[in-house]
Amino acid sequence: MDILMVQSLGRTTLGIVRDTGDFTVFFTRALAALPKTRKLPRRIIRAVYEQGAVCLPVIAIVGVFTGLVLGLQGYHVLSRFGSEGLLGTLVSLSLVREMAPVLAALMLVGQAGSALAAELGIQRNTEQIAALETMGVNSLGYLVAPRLVAALIVFPAQAALFVVVGLWGGSLSGSLLLGVDPGVYWSAVERAVEYRDLRECFSKAATFGLLTTSICAYMGFHADRNSSSAGARAVSASTTRAVVFSSIAVLVADYAISSFFV
Amino acid sequence: MESTPSQEILCVEGLEKKFQAREVLRGVDLRVPRGSISTVLGPSGAGKSVLLKCIAGILEPNAGLVSFEGRPLCDPAARADFRSRCGFLFQSNALFDSLTALENVALPLEQTTRLPAREVRERSLSALRRLDIEEFAEHYPGQLSGGMQKRLALARAIVAQPELVLFDEPTAGLDPLRRNAVFAMIAKYQRRFGFTALVVTHDVPEALAASDRVALLEGGRIAFQGTPAEFSSSTNPTVAMFRDSVQALGESLSAIRSEPLQPA
Repeated sequence: MDILMVQSLGRTTLGIVRDTGDFTVFFTRALAALPKTRKLPRRIIRAVYEQGAVCLPVIAIVGVFTGLVLGLQGYHVLSRFGSEGLLGTLVSLSLVREMAPVLAALMLVGQAGSALAAELGIQRNTEQIAALETMGVNSLGYLVAPRLVAALIVFPAQAALFVVVGLWGGSLSGSLLLGVDPGVYWSAVERAVEYRDLRECFSKAATFGLLTTSICAYMGFHADRNSSSAGARAVSASTTRAVVFSSIAVLVADYAISSFFV
Repeated sequence: MESTPSQEILCVEGLEKKFQAREVLRGVDLRVPRGSISTVLGPSGAGKSVLLKCIAGILEPNAGLVSFEGRPLCDPAARADFRSRCGFLFQSNALFDSLTALENVALPLEQTTRLPAREVRERSLSALRRLDIEEFAEHYPGQLSGGMQKRLALARAIVAQPELVLFDEPTAGLDPLRRNAVFAMIAKYQRRFGFTALVVTHDVPEALAASDRVALLEGGRIAFQGTPAEFSSSTNPTVAMFRDSVQALGESLSAIRSEPLQPA
């Protein structure tokens, strides 16, 4: 029994090491394929549209409601200490440092990341990726590399949008509904947010973009490696794994980057 | 008559492929003469598609050698050269469903050549025209019939003017009329474009009618290689069993029908 447990633990550990190595090779090859990819700007623009434009309404809605909740909760906590004037500081720093990059990334994983994993999984299943290889087209350069570049544009842009609509949501609940002076709120926002906070926000967003897009692409690209299922089930399983691993990666990377900036 | 090495465009020697413990190819030797239509016959599950995918480089063989014009394809430079001169028509067509017919055909030219966009478009339209589907250039593959999708896949496979085209079960799932049409299409365009065709299929009559050379893959090895006439007259028991399977089915059905009906 003990030997079986040790064997199982060993197999799992080896599997994790192998998958991590495989993922690293995949990511490096995709980046290395960038200079050789033809019609790259066109493919990047298309990827920016697919990842970014389609997710705009979701990001805006989540951003507004996050700001509304931050304004509401923040006001009631700060009013205990008579510090309602610091509401703008609380909302802006919470949004810029944490909420915007993390929540925007999670929303993008749920919408664009899952779509990417499913699309690549279907392309693998229907031999479209094999067809590219037989034509002499680098499939990583054609399918994955433009999306990685697009993620570096889309994730920070969506985080910025999240901050803007979130601040507006905070102002809505704090000033309009709870009576904090708008001038006090916006001047607190202006005083609180420094260059390093914006750098933290955009560093996080760009890292999350690269990390989650490459995880989703990796899972979809290797949908056929799933030993427990095949066909449509394999695509569904790889999409689920892509969303789960990407979401975990966002939170782990968030802690790592936060500890670097604090 | 055996072809000499200089006439062979493709040569496969001792090719082996295993999937875990299952041996699919056990030392395949195959020679494909230049300018011919060569067909690999075999029952379902014999490893015909695996053989083609090993040749195309989609699967990595466990042992053996594939040479294109005498150059072994284990050399990366030779493999890259092979890919630029070889087309592949997949059993499933493997068309990009989010691209139009024209974009599908233009894809290999756009991504592997430095041709100006205008010439890419002209050459792609010309390929569609020659396959009689130019009017569907702006349609998506999902909007085309099965036969048109097959022609579109062939247009994509030949747009870069390859010297060798690999056909993976081009008639799979088609009715007899469409099977004939597909083989006629292969023969017609092989003559028109002058490429060498390597086809894997299990349709014996159509393959014998359209091919210059026939090979039979059985038990992971090539059991027979020769002309269709040699195949038809071969006394090789494996060939005879495969060739005469329809007749054997007729005989066994006659035997079953001659038995008295049992009350239900």
